[in-house]
Amino acid sequence: MPGTYLPTEYLPVLIFILVAEAFGFGALLIGVVFRPKKPYPEKLMPYESGINPKGEPRTRFAIRFYIIAMLFVVFDVEAIFIYPWAIVFDKIGIFAFIEMVIFILILLIGYIYAWKKEAFVWD
Amino acid sequence: MNMANVISPSTVDALIKFGIDVAIILLKIVIVLAIGLLHVAYATYFERKVIGHMQVRLGPMRVGPHGLLQPFADGIKLFFKEDIIPAQADKVVFYIAPIIFMAAAMVNLSVIPFDANFVIADINVGLLFIFAMAGIGVYGIFISGWASNSKYAFMGGLRSSAQVISYEIAMGLSLVGVMMMAGSLNLSDIIRAQGESIFGMYAIPQFIGFIVFVIAAVAETNRTPFDLPEAESELVAGYFTEYSSFRFALFFLGEYIAMILMASLCTICFLGGWTLPWYVLKIFPFLSYVPGVVWFVLKVYAFFFFYYWIRATVPRYRYDQFMAIGWKILIPVAIGNILLTGLVKIILKEVL
Repeated sequence: MPGTYLPTEYLPVLIFILVAEAFGFGALLIGVVFRPKKPYPEKLMPYESGINPKGEPRTRFAIRFYIIAMLFVVFDVEAIFIYPWAIVFDKIGIFAFIEMVIFILILLIGYIYAWKKEAFVWD
Repeated sequence: MNMANVISPSTVDALIKFGIDVAIILLKIVIVLAIGLLHVAYATYFERKVIGHMQVRLGPMRVGPHGLLQPFADGIKLFFKEDIIPAQADKVVFYIAPIIFMAAAMVNLSVIPFDANFVIADINVGLLFIFAMAGIGVYGIFISGWASNSKYAFMGGLRSSAQVISYEIAMGLSLVGVMMMAGSLNLSDIIRAQGESIFGMYAIPQFIGFIVFVIAAVAETNRTPFDLPEAESELVAGYFTEYSSFRFALFFLGEYIAMILMASLCTICFLGGWTLPWYVLKIFPFLSYVPGVVWFVLKVYAFFFFYYWIRATVPRYRYDQFMAIGWKILIPVAIGNILLTGLVKIILKEVL
């Protein structure tokens, strides 16, 4: 029946998440009692090899990181498309195989394009 | 309307049953967490010992016999240290980043089948769940680098997240061959299918996927030779440069739990989990009396030793070479492995 499905096998996962968070927060909160706290301005400065920090830390950074992020989305979605195909591969057989060859060929064109545009080169 | 109509006996029974279920789950979680944290503590100890002996040193020797109490001394020290939050940091985000990182790694332990009948959450998409949580872990890395408001932390966070997401693709694709052979994403089913197969462990027929997976697993956990986010000579400590005290310990914990997880995943998908290959059992029949969890743990230890071994052997990579390995070699090889596996399966099915 639609709407009545309860994902009960995920209940342990939910409890585990709560336990893990409780462990992290709990250890930090209990520790407050035992830890020394003697802050002074030099101690609270960001680390920069012992000298006073110069300029903004959050400056512009290499465009490569953006490209990697975009490529990640493309290839990760590809991987997610391949998973269900891999699971039912035995049941579908040769038709599924040819279909996947075509799918990967289409992606390969994009991959070669990215390679030729030097998206994977860091300098 | 009285209470008897609102809460019927069957509801009470259901509630009691639910309560017992939750109590059993909690008990299992506490067992797994206690054993897991003990393993993290001694993973750090043995790492120092193994690398020490490989470099003709002794490693930790002072605390307890042969330094056996060293991990506890380290833990207690970190717990009692001052917790410094830099003045310019993004306080709230800085506060929760290590917890996100640690919890995302820890939750994965809930889907790992340690023995034939011991798994906390037997979900049908276990493998997908692990990848999803690995994705959440990247948030912990990145926002810790961002929130610290320090140049080293920021660069380390950027590098580390780029590295982890790049190698996540290679890892995801390297496991597709295993999925095709097992026909399931449930980790217990993968082990069972593996135990019944001719080879006994998928590392033999899927050796290309196995090699890609091992390399990607080392990169995913930011270990040498791929520990570029915390390359000490250039980035101090990477994304957790500004973290101290127990917050630093949480990052450390998350990293080692991620290592345990990758070792377990390798054991499950390629080394046969709690089963032994049938040909080994044929030669040594008495081994079938050993409980499966022993084999599982031994395989995980072997993978851990491999982690230490390459740390002592291989120098650190340069960042551009490292990204090139991921994108130009591992991903095409993993895709080729998928097509090869499909082709072999089709040929075996159609010809035989």
